Amino acid sequence: MYPPLPNPSVQPSAMQYGQEDLVRRSASTVPTPPRQLTPVAKLIDVSKCIGCKACQVACLEWNDMREEVGVNTGVYENPHDLTPASFTLMRFTEWENGETGNLEWLIRKDGCMHCGDPGCLKACPAPGAIVQYSNGIVDFVKENCIGCGYCVKGCPFNIPRISKVDHKAYKCTLCSDRVAVGQGPACAKACPTQAIVFGPKEDMIQHANARIEDLKSRGFQNAGLYDPPGVGGTHVMYVLHHADKPEIYADLPKDPKISPVVELWKGLTKYAGLTAIASFVGIGFLHHIVSGANRVSAEDERNAKRLTENQPGGG
Amino acid sequence: MTNSWTDIKNTDLVIIMGGNAAEAHPCGFKWVTEAKANRGAKLIVVDPRFTRSASVADFYAPIRQGTDIAFILGLINYCIQNDKVHWDYVKAFTNATYLVKDGFSFKDGLFSGYDESKREYDKSSWDYQIGEDGFVMVDDTLSNPRCVWNLLKEHVSVYTPEMVERICGTPKDKYLKVAEMVAETSSPTKTMTSMYALGWTQHSKGSQNIRSMAMLQLILGNIGMRGGGMNALRGHSNIQGLTDIGLMSNLIPGYLTIPTQKEVDFATYMSTRGFKPLRPDQMSYWQNYKKFFVSFQKSMWGDEAQPWNDFAYDWLPKLDVPAYDVLRAFELMHQGKMNGYVCQGFNPLLSFPNRKKCTDALSKLKFLVTMDPLDTETARFWENHGEYNDVDPSQIQTEVIQLPSTCFAEDDGSLVNSGRWLQWHWAGGTPPGEAQRDTWIMAQIWKRLKALYEKEDGPLPDPILKVRWPYADPDDPKADEIAREINGYAIEAVYDPTDPTKVLVEKGKQLASFGQLRDDGTTSCGCWIYTGCFTEDGNNMARRDNSDPDEAGFYSKWAFSWPANRRILYNRASADMNGQPWDPSRKVIAWNGTKWEGYDVPDIAPTAKPDVVGPFIMNPEGTARLFTRTMMKDGPFPAHYEPFESPIANPVAPNVKGNPAARVFEGDMAQFGEAEKFPYAATSYRLTEHFHFWTKHVQPNAVMQPEFFVEISEQLAEEKGIKQGGWVKVMSNRGEVKAKAVVTKRIKPLQCDGKTVHIVGVPLHWGFTGVAKKGLGPNTLTPFVGDANIETPEYKAFLVDIAPLTEPVS
Amino acid sequence: MNMELSRRTLLKGAGVGLAGTALGAFGFGGIEAAYADAIRAFKLVGTTETRNTCPYCSVACGVIMYSKGDLTKGEKAEITHIEGDVDHPTNRGTLCPKGAALLDFVKSETRLTKPRIRKPGADKFEDISWNDALDRIARLMKDDRDANFEAQNQDGVTVNRWKTTGFLAASASTNETAFLTYKVVRSTGILAFDNQARV
Repeated sequence: MYPPLPNPSVQPSAMQYGQEDLVRRSASTVPTPPRQLTPVAKLIDVSKCIGCKACQVACLEWNDMREEVGVNTGVYENPHDLTPASFTLMRFTEWENGETGNLEWLIRKDGCMHCGDPGCLKACPAPGAIVQYSNGIVDFVKENCIGCGYCVKGCPFNIPRISKVDHKAYKCTLCSDRVAVGQGPACAKACPTQAIVFGPKEDMIQHANARIEDLKSRGFQNAGLYDPPGVGGTHVMYVLHHADKPEIYADLPKDPKISPVVELWKGLTKYAGLTAIASFVGIGFLHHIVSGANRVSAEDERNAKRLTENQPGGG
Repeated sequence: MTNSWTDIKNTDLVIIMGGNAAEAHPCGFKWVTEAKANRGAKLIVVDPRFTRSASVADFYAPIRQGTDIAFILGLINYCIQNDKVHWDYVKAFTNATYLVKDGFSFKDGLFSGYDESKREYDKSSWDYQIGEDGFVMVDDTLSNPRCVWNLLKEHVSVYTPEMVERICGTPKDKYLKVAEMVAETSSPTKTMTSMYALGWTQHSKGSQNIRSMAMLQLILGNIGMRGGGMNALRGHSNIQGLTDIGLMSNLIPGYLTIPTQKEVDFATYMSTRGFKPLRPDQMSYWQNYKKFFVSFQKSMWGDEAQPWNDFAYDWLPKLDVPAYDVLRAFELMHQGKMNGYVCQGFNPLLSFPNRKKCTDALSKLKFLVTMDPLDTETARFWENHGEYNDVDPSQIQTEVIQLPSTCFAEDDGSLVNSGRWLQWHWAGGTPPGEAQRDTWIMAQIWKRLKALYEKEDGPLPDPILKVRWPYADPDDPKADEIAREINGYAIEAVYDPTDPTKVLVEKGKQLASFGQLRDDGTTSCGCWIYTGCFTEDGNNMARRDNSDPDEAGFYSKWAFSWPANRRILYNRASADMNGQPWDPSRKVIAWNGTKWEGYDVPDIAPTAKPDVVGPFIMNPEGTARLFTRTMMKDGPFPAHYEPFESPIANPVAPNVKGNPAARVFEGDMAQFGEAEKFPYAATSYRLTEHFHFWTKHVQPNAVMQPEFFVEISEQLAEEKGIKQGGWVKVMSNRGEVKAKAVVTKRIKPLQCDGKTVHIVGVPLHWGFTGVAKKGLGPNTLTPFVGDANIETPEYKAFLVDIAPLTEPVS
Repeated sequence: MNMELSRRTLLKGAGVGLAGTALGAFGFGGIEAAYADAIRAFKLVGTTETRNTCPYCSVACGVIMYSKGDLTKGEKAEITHIEGDVDHPTNRGTLCPKGAALLDFVKSETRLTKPRIRKPGADKFEDISWNDALDRIARLMKDDRDANFEAQNQDGVTVNRWKTTGFLAASASTNETAFLTYKVVRSTGILAFDNQARV
């Protein structure tokens, strides 16, 4: 058993990290942090997951979120996709293993991967709406979000969702509030089988290696860790029984990368900021932003491309 | 459970069959994943559906629902044929060597003594041969053809892998793989644990399903061992406690029994409860029955229970039938023979089979009282909810009173988990509105009944008027007061039987153990198996020391486990005839030359010599029963019977329909459906996202699985033109439901006796109250028949037809 | 329950009491509001903890209920959060999707708050006081018992039973509720007494 953390204290306590630990801030710069926090990670062992959705419920409860009662569409995913309230979702795949002839029910907890190189943050034009701490947590700061949806486009995993109510982007915070007082994320604490564990990333990799060894001994020769280098590694990692085929786990990308568009866009937001963007593209685009876009349209993309192309000194 | 949740980590092999632990008991299932990590344990799942338990199993084998006995007897046959038997254990600790009467036989699916007109057996031939010394005759060489072992060998010989495949639909290669894995645990240093739940009980032969596995576990030597045992996962949080305390028609707390009307007086009642040992030097612990019974009567009626009135024996009601189980109660209600009914936290309208019959039955009551923290369908059975409750209130004359009770968060008290741990909890929230604790409600009802009888008189008021009521505030008894009463106390000083001058317990003090109970009226005890839970040391159920020496998994200082804080039942059987552990790495207790000691409280007298006293101390034999004499209504061995509604005839007994000893009420026999009209084998179950009908009221759980659905294979969907997520109609001979279709690879058609059998899965949860989508459930479809021994309804195997619905359903 | 060293190092400091705001202590007093809000304040600070057991299945997971207000001090207590109890040997702090949503059971909109009565033939419930409801129940029970109590069977054997009213006990109520219920129900001679062991 991975040793559980002690119960949380109800006494006030010091936050273990804060704004001085930011290493990135969208569309703005941050001073060099005075220290390097121990990188943390959430490890999701798909081979131990029983798909019970305790993580989904714990997430809703901890974050005081309410999801709508939906309908059944013939599958076990409920809700049917990530939403502004549901930061995490069990995705179920019935996969017939051609080699063994066995059915495998692959159940993957989807949600923010907390990329080392976060595409959402890089795509974000709103100063301070997305931040990254030196422990690896990528967090959204709702007060600064303009609801443009560029983070969705920037994310190689298609994670953030924009609320139709307040037009802000939402995703998993890795329970930044819990981590700040020495707790792990609510989903990891709840997980009945410890398919989700949380701790220093180094320990998580070690723990994963032991799990992978066990899986190999049980006939899963391609078991492995999913920590994709294309996005600078992630602070949410998976143990997969078939690490050679991540795509069979409800389209987990094999080699995720930040879109080149975002890489260009990054320079613009970093140096020009929102005001500059607004002055560039004119009233129409600004209106689009303010009135609450909830997805990136082709037009947005064209605008973005045009902007990056026209931006002097960007990059 | 014979063992505990935390002990599962000590196993080498987990077999989940008749349950779905990962879905129904996720946090307990954690210990399966721990066993895999600690010991490289393997997990086998046997189920008609590829469940979430199967998704993390090392090996999955499909089975047709209702054929578990054939599957397990086949495993016993395999072990016998391949010499995979823990011989020393079997010979010493079971009744394998005992000789059975010559009159006992089994032929054409029936045991000796069957009376078809009564659907009952004359069980007189199902017993041992008794020698002149008054003890059972044995043959230690196992050569006598009448010894239990040889009768068993013969009995299971029909269940070959080929026959198992024919009955169960389990492909032979998969079956043999399971058999090999299971048989390996016959080694003294390997154990298997059986995790089961309502997937085994909810059959017309549910008790025999469990017996089959218990027999296999004995043959493998896995009972009493760390990481072994028969582990009933159990359902509700205190179903173990409610059963222990005997809230059943035929029980008295601590598994004592309510007298029948044939037991005309206390002497007659006790005459069949002597439990004289059947083998020399055995403990036969039930010989203490009278101590438990008298102490209970004292807790019930205090000074009114005296030797001169047989301790108020007459004040107990006497049974005229074996039991007034819920099926019988609803049958009587349906016949108009029941006028009043009180449901304390229960939802029969969704829980009991044949919903139409339930509605009709409730409609014939004069009054119905419900007590619940949440709204229930039962309390509103008279209310029209369109297709979800199509009744006409004006035609229903039942008076209904709905009382709001508190929930767990608002009261103190103890619950007993599956592993028999009595755990105390504390109230932390203020009840909403006028909600009241059940203890207050029951006290108020009693107080008012008492007042009415004091004022108006009536038949036999004394048992009511003179109930012992020792609470500081008689209007509102407190949990700790009742807990002390359940534990028991010394009414008079209790003396040491070997030294009458020595006081063991002073007058008025709490008892420390049930060994201190007396049959002369000097002790009072509500439930003898709980004695020790609240002693002079305080409330042991509230203990919170989670230390676990050597990480053995016992947690003996956490809460209190009945009996006597013992964590593994039959733990004497974990050691050999010299008292040394079969597996030294998994010691439970050991004989040190003068007494037993170890991690756990020995399940035997501490100084009982290992080569003399057998480990199964509750049996007069001192051994466990492979042949169960007359204890079961449907046979001393299990035998395969088809469900009452089955897609095929019984391949081993084609002329026997269902379990021949199961009770079927007259009108219900006619309501069984036939395979010609209802060709598909249906089963019902709960989803991991839900807890029965409660979580309809819990918003996040309603979100996780919002709408009623049924699950079918891709093949059946194709055959019937049913689309993923489309609406379907499912029909049985008793009713029909509309549901969404989940078409899945996780259900596959089976080949049984040359026939393709399609399976339809029908989950339960939905109703017409709460925040989930409205819906119907399996009990609209299921038949009104129960297990032959304890009347658990046959929810797990019934017949349906299914058809796509084209019109949109509002 | 040993802790790994690096983990302890990483997470040390949790639970250490500290006066004033956390940010202040770190010297970030001057940071703009938006910065300060980025990490939500820990919502359990200042709540009262009470140990309980999950009421659903019989794994019986330990839970901690966090409330505003403390019942043991005679205050009203409103439960604001429920989470697994790490000290519990069985669940070690984990909870399933039902247990994780216990708060919404406690605070369900369909919790019952008042006694109600539905009269014969009526199509709705009406409110009734506790006193009237309990008086009515006792009256109905006594009338039925008096009319149908069987002191002796046809063979003259004392049987002292009442077969026309049944009682169905719960299976999630406490042992203490169960025992008190047993005493009240059995003393009346009711035979049709059962619980939820089977379904």
